[in-house]
Amino acid sequence: MDSKLKDHEGPLLASIERRLFLRRGLSLGALSLLAGCDLTDNDSVQKVLTSMSRWNDGAQAWLFDPKRLAPEFPASMITNPFPFNAYYSEDEIRLVDATDYKLEISGRVKETKAWRLPELYALPQVSQITRHICVEGWSAIGKWSGPRFSDFLQRVGADTTARYIGFKCADDYYTSIDMATALHPQTIMAFKYADQVLPPKYGFPWKLRIPTKLGFKNPKHVVALFVTNENPGGYWEDKGYNWFSGS
Amino acid sequence: MKTVHPLLVRITHWVNALAILVMVTSGWKIYNASPLFDFAFPDDLTLGGWLAGALQWHFAAMWILALNGMIYLAYGIASGHLRRRMLPISPRAMLGDVFNALRGRLAHDDLSVYNAAQKFAYLVAIALAIGLVLSGLAIWKPVQFYALASLMGDYEGARLLHFFCMAGLVLFVVVHVLMVLLVPKTFLTMITGKLKNG
Repeated sequence: MDSKLKDHEGPLLASIERRLFLRRGLSLGALSLLAGCDLTDNDSVQKVLTSMSRWNDGAQAWLFDPKRLAPEFPASMITNPFPFNAYYSEDEIRLVDATDYKLEISGRVKETKAWRLPELYALPQVSQITRHICVEGWSAIGKWSGPRFSDFLQRVGADTTARYIGFKCADDYYTSIDMATALHPQTIMAFKYADQVLPPKYGFPWKLRIPTKLGFKNPKHVVALFVTNENPGGYWEDKGYNWFSGS
Repeated sequence: MKTVHPLLVRITHWVNALAILVMVTSGWKIYNASPLFDFAFPDDLTLGGWLAGALQWHFAAMWILALNGMIYLAYGIASGHLRRRMLPISPRAMLGDVFNALRGRLAHDDLSVYNAAQKFAYLVAIALAIGLVLSGLAIWKPVQFYALASLMGDYEGARLLHFFCMAGLVLFVVVHVLMVLLVPKTFLTMITGKLKNG
């Protein structure tokens, strides 16, 4: 879970454990090729890896089919309990006050008025039972309900030719997604989990549920969103996780 | 001197060795973030420092592994190299040669002619590498490559397959390196392509 992720946090692209190659070489053949290379905390190695990650963003955007739906599952396959995950532990979950809550909209949109919860709840909703895949490798199936994000973007008059949408969250998390994914029919503003009001641990009052992206690209407790042409990055993305991270 | 390994085979062999080393060691780090089984790989044997670093290595080296593998297979098939070296192969001859190898009685007079145990091992290694690439694609893009993933039992099935193909390939590498240590002249041959006094 992402709480474990915190433990992994370290210097971006920490050392490539040179000892591995020098002392405990795994393969004589590869050892002979690597002999003499200093790959420890090497800036140019990091530059190459970062630019490969940008290249992989492009490859994934190219592979992304805006019409292809993530598989949906029968209710019998739902993972119970659905795991909690965040960059903090479960006892630090933020409690957002429903009456004070406002969703702020900015950037390349026509309507910048803030939205209150009752207005958001009044939007037509859809449901999905989809697989959440964590960047760590584990996956879990859950049921989320809420309005399609593309409908919401239309209502606020978002410029859908813009490239990115950025999200700010009540727990100081932030992330951003590409417009193609934002407009995908399964990208929803999840106000409910398992037909109940989304509990704080899953991101009350809402989480952007994107079954075509890894879990960390699904922001919870969203309090502001903005449409932009500048990539806003993200909490984990800025630490080295691949930005696109599509499924 | 006789050419044992064509230049293209030697280049792709060593590029592959490096790509596999990076893929396996970064893959172990990724595995450790959420182990499938009740064990983790020793951190000293992993690459990347932490999960994001390991993922960057893994998703960079995957292109090298896949492109290099495609060049090798395209060359091997088009030139007839694979057919000449790997075929024919029979299970009986394979078992016989494995038995001979265990008794230390395998002939290595002509390194360009593979015995049946070698043919089997190399073909299995190629199949495992293909299995790793395909299951890796299914894990990386379980939605975009849904048809592929569902052949493997969806995302979680592909993860298991990816792990077991890795385990098989690592076993191959261990045996392969042991065999090279037992018959050291094969090591230089994979670099120069020639065999002195061969």
